[in-house]
Amino acid sequence: MNTQPFLRMDDIHKRFGDLVASGGVTLEVEENEIHSLLGENGAGKSVLMNILCGVLSPNEGQIIYRGEPLRLGSPREAIRHGIGMVHQHFMLVPNLTVAENYVLGQGMPARVISNMRDVYARIRELSERYGLDVRPDALIQDLSVGEQQRVEILKVLFHGIDLLILDEPTAVLTPQETDRLLVLLRDLVKDGKTVIFISHKLDEVMTVSDRVSVMRDAKVVFTTRAADTNPRELARMMVGRDVLMELPRTNRTPGRTVFSVDGLSCDNEIGLPAVRNVSLEVREGEIVGIAGVSGNGQSELALAMTGLLPVTSGTISLNGEEISRLPPGEVNRRPIGHIPEDRHKMGIVLPLALTENVLLQRYNRPPFAKHGLLKFGTIAEHTRDLIRRFRVKASGEFDLIQNLSGGNQQKLVVARELARDPDFLLINQLTRGIDIGAMELVMQEVLKQREAGRAILLISTELEELFAICDRILVMFHGELVGELPPDRGRIEEMGLLMAGDRQEAARLAAART
Amino acid sequence: MANIENERPRAADTDIMGNAMSMLVRIAQAIALPVAAVLVALICGGILLSLNGFNGWDVFSVMIVGVLQDTRSIAEILLKSIPLILIGVGLCVAFRCSIWNIGAEGQLYAGAVAATIVGVAFEGLTPWIYVPLVMVAGALAGAAWAGIAGLLKVYFRASEIVTTIMLNYIALIGTSYLVTGPLRDAASAYPQSARLLKEAWMPRILPPTRLHIGILVAVALAIAFYVFLFRSSAGYAVRVVGINANAARYAGINVGRNIMIAICISGGMAGLAGAFEVAGVTRRLYQNISPGYGFEGIAVALLANNNPIGAIFSGGLFAILRSGSELMQITAQVPQVLVSVIQGMVILSVVAFGVYRFRSASRSQ
Repeated sequence: MNTQPFLRMDDIHKRFGDLVASGGVTLEVEENEIHSLLGENGAGKSVLMNILCGVLSPNEGQIIYRGEPLRLGSPREAIRHGIGMVHQHFMLVPNLTVAENYVLGQGMPARVISNMRDVYARIRELSERYGLDVRPDALIQDLSVGEQQRVEILKVLFHGIDLLILDEPTAVLTPQETDRLLVLLRDLVKDGKTVIFISHKLDEVMTVSDRVSVMRDAKVVFTTRAADTNPRELARMMVGRDVLMELPRTNRTPGRTVFSVDGLSCDNEIGLPAVRNVSLEVREGEIVGIAGVSGNGQSELALAMTGLLPVTSGTISLNGEEISRLPPGEVNRRPIGHIPEDRHKMGIVLPLALTENVLLQRYNRPPFAKHGLLKFGTIAEHTRDLIRRFRVKASGEFDLIQNLSGGNQQKLVVARELARDPDFLLINQLTRGIDIGAMELVMQEVLKQREAGRAILLISTELEELFAICDRILVMFHGELVGELPPDRGRIEEMGLLMAGDRQEAARLAAART
Repeated sequence: MANIENERPRAADTDIMGNAMSMLVRIAQAIALPVAAVLVALICGGILLSLNGFNGWDVFSVMIVGVLQDTRSIAEILLKSIPLILIGVGLCVAFRCSIWNIGAEGQLYAGAVAATIVGVAFEGLTPWIYVPLVMVAGALAGAAWAGIAGLLKVYFRASEIVTTIMLNYIALIGTSYLVTGPLRDAASAYPQSARLLKEAWMPRILPPTRLHIGILVAVALAIAFYVFLFRSSAGYAVRVVGINANAARYAGINVGRNIMIAICISGGMAGLAGAFEVAGVTRRLYQNISPGYGFEGIAVALLANNNPIGAIFSGGLFAILRSGSELMQITAQVPQVLVSVIQGMVILSVVAFGVYRFRSASRSQ
C-alpha cells in the first residue's frame, strides 16, 4: 500500500475542439506536501486542476485518490471528497458577507440561516487558528484583493478540505501579501493538509514547495524534489522546446537608433507597478530580444510602448520623436508595427472577414479608405496578396477569420503588420500556438525585415525563438531589465539564472567564462 | 511543409457568376430565419385563436385582406411603418456597437417635444425651411437625450440598459408636465399643445391619405446607414468597437467616441420619428403620442439582424401586424387581450430565433 500515492492523475486527456489542453498528463501528489505545478501560460495547468476539482471532465484518463478511482460530476462532489480549489478569479458574491458566501449553495437554507451563529463561530475559529484575519460579517466588496483571497482560502478550509488547489494565487498580490500567503501554506501543511500550488514564478516555487512538476505543451515533463533542483533547471524545463532549424542570418552592423525607451515605468491593470525604469534602444537592421518568464512585466511594456497603457514615467521615442504621450490612434500613424501577444484578445476581430481584419489599423486612410468610404477592391486585392505571400490557408479573402486555425490567424496578423512597412516592429510572442512549418515561415519573414533595415523588438517566452533570430537578448525580471546576453546557446544557464532574478549567480558564471 | 505549399487560395478562381450565386445564397440565408420566426409565431397564434373558438385561418385572412385592401389602408400601414423603420435603423447601428439602447421611446418623446416647440414658434417661415428645421430639431433632441446615457456610460461605466430605461420615464413624465403646463394650448379643454403652424407640417405625398414624406426619408436613411455601417470607415470603427473593444483600441479607434456616435445616431433616429409623429400625424403634442414604437423598434432591429436595409422590411411587417391587430379586434371580434398575446408571440419568436442565430454563430467559432 505504501507505493500507492495520495493522488494520481493518470494519462489525462482533455480537448476543446482542436485545442489539446491536456495531452496525456500524469501527475502524482503525496499526502501532506506542497506540490508546485509550474508552467507557461497555456501549458495546461489550470485545465488540469479544473479537472481535479470537478469543473471539467476529462476525455480520457482516470484519477486515483486515496487509493480509489475518483469520478467527479461537479465541484460540489469534489468538495465532498475533500478537494477544493481557490480559482484565479475569485468566486465570491461581492454584495454578500463572508459568512453568507460560505453557506451559499450548500443547500438547506432554513437550517443554515438559523445556525448562522455557528457559522460565525467556525469562521472566527479558523481565522484565528491560521491568522487569516477574516471577519464573518464583512461585505466582500469592501475587502481588498489580498483579503478576498484569504476569504477564498478560508472558504475552502471551512468546507473541510484536505487537498487544496491554488491557481496562480500570487498573481494579484503585493510582495508582502505573497510572503504572508506562503507562510500560511506552510502552516496548512503542518496541519496535515495537502496543497497544489500553481505558479509560473520560479522564486516562489523554490521557496514554498516540497516537490515541483513542470508542465509544457499540455504535458507534465518533469517532476522533482524542490531541494534537488534550481531555478535555472526549472526555467529551462519550462521554456524548453525542440531546437529549431538554423536559420541563415547575415552579419550586419546595425545602423542608427530607430526606437528607444528611457527610464520607462508603468502600472498594470490593477494599479500595481509592472514595469520599472526600463531603458533600451533598437537600431536599424537589428533584432533585439526580451526574454523572461511570463508575468514579469513584458505584456505591460509592450502595451506601454504602443500607447495602449499609460506611462507613469520615462520617455519613448521613434525616429527621434517622443511618442509616449500620444493616443494609440496617433501612434498607429507612425511607422510602427505591433504583433500583439494575444491575437484573439487584441490582434484580430473574430467574426469579421479576412479583408476586414487586414484593414484594422488603416481603416480610415489611403489606400484602404477614400472620402470616408472603404475601398473594398483595393482591400481584397491586398488581402489576396498577403494570403498568397504568407501561405495562409483560407477559402478566400472574404472568409471569416474565426474559421482559420490559430497558426493561420497568426500568419495573417504577421503579414498585416509587415505589410505596413514599419520602421520599428514590436513583436510580442511571434510563434505562440502555431506549428513548426508556420513558425519557420514567420521567422524567415522577420529576418527579411532585418535585412531590409527595420528595427525589431521581439518579446518572447520561447528561448529557442530568441536564440534563432535575435542579435542580442535582454532579460526581464520583476518589471526590470536585469541583463543582456548574446544569442549564444552555450550561455543558456546564465539566461536561466537571470530569468529567475539571480543576478549575482549569473555574474559569477559570466566571470568564470572569461 | 509540402501541403502548405500546395494549398492555394481559391478566391482568385471565383468568377462573377459564382459571386452572384454566393450573394443570392447569402441573401436567402439572411431572410430565411426572420421568415421562419414570423411563420412560427403566426402558426402558434392561429392555434391559440382556434383554442378560443375562432377560426385562425379566417382571422388571419381577414386581417391580411383588410390591411392591404386599398390605397388608404396601405398608406396607413406605411404611415405606421415610418417610426418603426426609423427607430429600427437607428437601433441597428447601436446594437452593432453592442450598445443596448432600450430608450428609443424616451428619445422619441424628446424629439416630439423639440419638434413641437420649434413647430409653434416661427410664424411666416417658408415650409422649405420650416419642415427640415422641425426634423433637425427632433433628431437633435433625440440624440441629446440618448447622449446623456452615452456620457454616463463612457465616463462612469453606467449600464446604458438601466440609464436609457430611466430616461424613458423622465421623458414620458416630462412630456405630461409640458402638455399640462408650459406647452398647453390655453384654448383647449384637453392636455395638449397648440397646433403646429401649417408651414411646419410634413407634406403629404399621397392625398387624400395621411402618408407624408417621412416614409421617403426613412427609406433613404435606412440605405444611408447601411452604407455607413458596411461601406464606410466610420461605420467599420463602430462595428469593431461593438465586437472587440480591445482590438478597437489596438487599431487606434477611440472607443468612447464611437459609443457616443452610435448611441446618438440611434437617439437621433428615434427623435426624428417623434418629430414626424407630431408634425406629420397628430399635429399636436399630447401625453401618449407613441403607442410603444420605441420598444417595438427593438424587435424591428432584431428581426432584421441589425441590418438597416432589413429594417425597412421588418418595420413594414410590424406595421402590418399593428394594423392587423386593430382589424382583428374590430372585424373578427377577437378580444384585445388575445391580440396582445399574438403580438407578443411574434416578438418572442423573433427574439428566440435571434438567440438561435447568435448561438449557432458562436458555436462555429
